[in-house]
Amino acid sequence: MARQRRDGFSQTKDADGVDRRGFLKCMAWAGTGALLVVKGGVASSYSLSDAVGLAAAEAGELSFIQISDSHMGFDKAANPDVVATLQVAVDRINAAPLRPEFLLHTGDISHLSKSTEFDTVEQMLKGAKAGQEFYVPGEHDVLGDDGKQYLDRFGKGSAGGGWYSFNHKGVHFVGLVNVLNLKAGGLGALGADQLSWLENDVKALASSVPVVVFAHIPLWSVYPDWGWGTDDSAQALALLKRFGSVTVLNGHIHQTMQKVEGNVTFHTACSTAFPQPHPGAAPSPGPMKVPGDQLRSLLGLTSVKYVEGQHSLGIIDSSLA
Amino acid sequence: MLAVALLTLTARVDRPTPLAADEKPPGTTVEVKIDNFSFVPAALTVRAGTTVRWVNHDDIPHNIVSSGTKDLKSPVLDTDETFDFTFKQPGEYLYFCGIHPRMTGKIVVQ
Repeated sequence: MARQRRDGFSQTKDADGVDRRGFLKCMAWAGTGALLVVKGGVASSYSLSDAVGLAAAEAGELSFIQISDSHMGFDKAANPDVVATLQVAVDRINAAPLRPEFLLHTGDISHLSKSTEFDTVEQMLKGAKAGQEFYVPGEHDVLGDDGKQYLDRFGKGSAGGGWYSFNHKGVHFVGLVNVLNLKAGGLGALGADQLSWLENDVKALASSVPVVVFAHIPLWSVYPDWGWGTDDSAQALALLKRFGSVTVLNGHIHQTMQKVEGNVTFHTACSTAFPQPHPGAAPSPGPMKVPGDQLRSLLGLTSVKYVEGQHSLGIIDSSLA
Repeated sequence: MLAVALLTLTARVDRPTPLAADEKPPGTTVEVKIDNFSFVPAALTVRAGTTVRWVNHDDIPHNIVSSGTKDLKSPVLDTDETFDFTFKQPGEYLYFCGIHPRMTGKIVVQ
């Protein structure tokens, strides 16, 4: 498969091997469906036509979808029909040449923690031809009852506030909850119990095992003024420092953003419901109204591909336009 | 005996200090707007007996949860929904939005 560069990358590299200028160019392309492959801390970009060559599922390959912030029940001006846009996302999944092995929903499944809202999303995502659905809650999923309804519905096999882990094709997946027991003036929070569980959970894993962590609120400091960060995420990341490949998948901010720090790749996904402004570009992080014909270009989902033995995950963001 | 009792009764009647220019008398309703992920005003002083009404003007739900020692808790407020609380006990009521914890406010009840 030929590697076709859209643009010349600078040859200068930082001490940690990341070509930052080239990497930033990749970030700008993410919304248009470029394939970004992060391998050993170095980012490479593939045009979409080359990415089709990657589409065939081979043994030892893992492909899954990250979907986020469906906010079922939201009906304000920024998107009066979140059912329709979630259906577009489901249709995209079903139209893709590669069937994902599962969906990871990174939270704000519902808008008001209503039973009917959870029901609708569950039913709709079962219509996506994917093996299984995994969820972590957003702050909109734990309203009024400290997450009791969320846990009753999605918490089987989980610990504490709904955190859990599983292995799939040699990759260790960890679902974390950072939207409970929030403190006044604070950000997202994992809490001591969960950190203790995480320490135990990864203890026996070889450092060569790729780890994928998914949680709603970003586990890095995107924009604290807007609550876009997690107070104790540094402690979680310290527990994962020894691993050769860590991918952190988050939602909450309703836009794609990516950062590489050593062996850790952080990625946030778009919402399928409504966009939010870039950090500081508006008075607050509320739903951003855009002209109707632009809405779907600011919503999206993410396809993630892992090739066994390569410690690299390919992350493709695509919009619903 | 009756005169003494009357005197005692008179001595126990409260003589309130005059209201400040921007204060409303007790029994009125004062509004706190929730706008752009902020409580406006963030700090409010009222007389005991005042009702405070929070009104959510955002396109996102918010709520009011006590972060101090005084009880205060609202249901989740969607756009245009309101929550009334009559502050009978003096003291400082610190609160925040349980959904977006960076949003904080306080009501000082005199």
